[in-house]
Amino acid sequence: MKEKAPVLDKEMISRALARMAHEIIERNRGTEDLVIVGILRRGAYLARRLAECVKKIDNRQIPVGTVDITLYRDDLTMLAAQPVVRKTEINFDIQDKKVILVDDVLYTGRTVRSALSELIDFGRPKCIQLAVLIDRGHRELPIRADYVGKNIPTSQNEIVEVRLDEEDGLDEVAVVER
Amino acid sequence: MSGWAKKDLLGLEYLSREEIELVLETAESFKEVTTREIKKVPALRGKTVVNLFYEPSTRTRVSFEVAAKRLSADVINIAAEASSVRKGETLIDTGRNIEALKADIVVIRHSYSGAPVILARNLNISVVNAGDGWHEHPTQALLDLFTLKEKLGRIAGIKVSIVGDISHSRVARSNIWGLTKLGAFVTVCAPKMLIPPGIERMGVSVTSSIDEALKDADALNVLRMQFERDEAAAFPQAFEYFRQFGITEERLRKAGKNIVVMHPGPINRGIEMESNVADGPNSVILEQVTNGIAVRMAVLFLVSQANEAKA
Repeated sequence: MKEKAPVLDKEMISRALARMAHEIIERNRGTEDLVIVGILRRGAYLARRLAECVKKIDNRQIPVGTVDITLYRDDLTMLAAQPVVRKTEINFDIQDKKVILVDDVLYTGRTVRSALSELIDFGRPKCIQLAVLIDRGHRELPIRADYVGKNIPTSQNEIVEVRLDEEDGLDEVAVVER
Repeated sequence: MSGWAKKDLLGLEYLSREEIELVLETAESFKEVTTREIKKVPALRGKTVVNLFYEPSTRTRVSFEVAAKRLSADVINIAAEASSVRKGETLIDTGRNIEALKADIVVIRHSYSGAPVILARNLNISVVNAGDGWHEHPTQALLDLFTLKEKLGRIAGIKVSIVGDISHSRVARSNIWGLTKLGAFVTVCAPKMLIPPGIERMGVSVTSSIDEALKDADALNVLRMQFERDEAAAFPQAFEYFRQFGITEERLRKAGKNIVVMHPGPINRGIEMESNVADGPNSVILEQVTNGIAVRMAVLFLVSQANEAKA
């Protein structure tokens, strides 16, 4: 494992999130009917931060939920290590809402596919838009992000590590060679 | 967090504290699933669960069936009275045939203590004990633990009294294993003839006084008096039992504390407890039933994952 220089630092992450919040409000013409749902674990922290950014701009607290996609994975039977089932918490109705789905890294698209299946089990949202901090390419499904913090071209033998204060004690994004 | 590596769930005696806690935590996530509009997740899609019941049981079987279906598994119910068991097939042969049908998990209820252990040793697929003789009923104890944790916030340090026929109760045995492993203080209370000799060695206090069992207790687990059993001759008369051991509003009031009242069902109203208690504010009996689904979903999921990882 060889770590390259960080591609995003604390400042850059918070600026990217602030810009994405502006884009979300612009595209949806305000914050009406907006809800944010983060994919556990790091997507959930980013979802909360995005909601904070939106509040700073529009002075409104939009509902934030989390999804754990473990039970919806398409590779459950292929995993060597047993995944821990965490708790999905969406304590609001998503029927007819505009859902902003948030994750840290968009890669194959399979995590997002799982999260979409799970969200739809909660109701029929008006639309689902995808926000990711990093888009690293190599999609295996027809999925794209609506809001991207940064595009990072990578090779398949690299890993993008998003580290967040809430989980890792600091904010940075690094590319690590396998 | 340490994982779950066992392909079977045979009893709480064989689980560590960490493993019991993992089941309870996983069950919390599954409880959320049962509150959704669509109460179903695709985690066990394409898997087959066989309920093999050698003893009549409606609630446990239905609970396992609901749990498996909410995980998107296919479920087959076999009632042994109506099967080739009557033609003399042995337990192991029945198990091997179920395995040959490419089932993934067999849930077994049997009147012989140890039947699930024998089956698990002889099969590669997962075996879940749904109650065997006087031995164990692990998912009942796990749902009792889950309910206690939900109601009281913790298990360590709480005082639980188990009241009723301790001798013939797999629910009591599994509860004692689970509660003591998680650090609760357990008292068993019954007429002397229904307390097995040497039960103290399991780390419990023993009493034949219901008032003593109620004093200082945080929770009661009231067992069903199984008058239908063959040994019923050894049982006290129902009215006599109720007079001495029945849980009444008055006895609860006298104990002072707000005691959580559990019962694995089905209740004999007016024998183990008054109707007013069963339906009263202390009772969590129906919540136990709801929690049972989440706990059994967690168990089916964990054993199935462990067996996948091994293969």
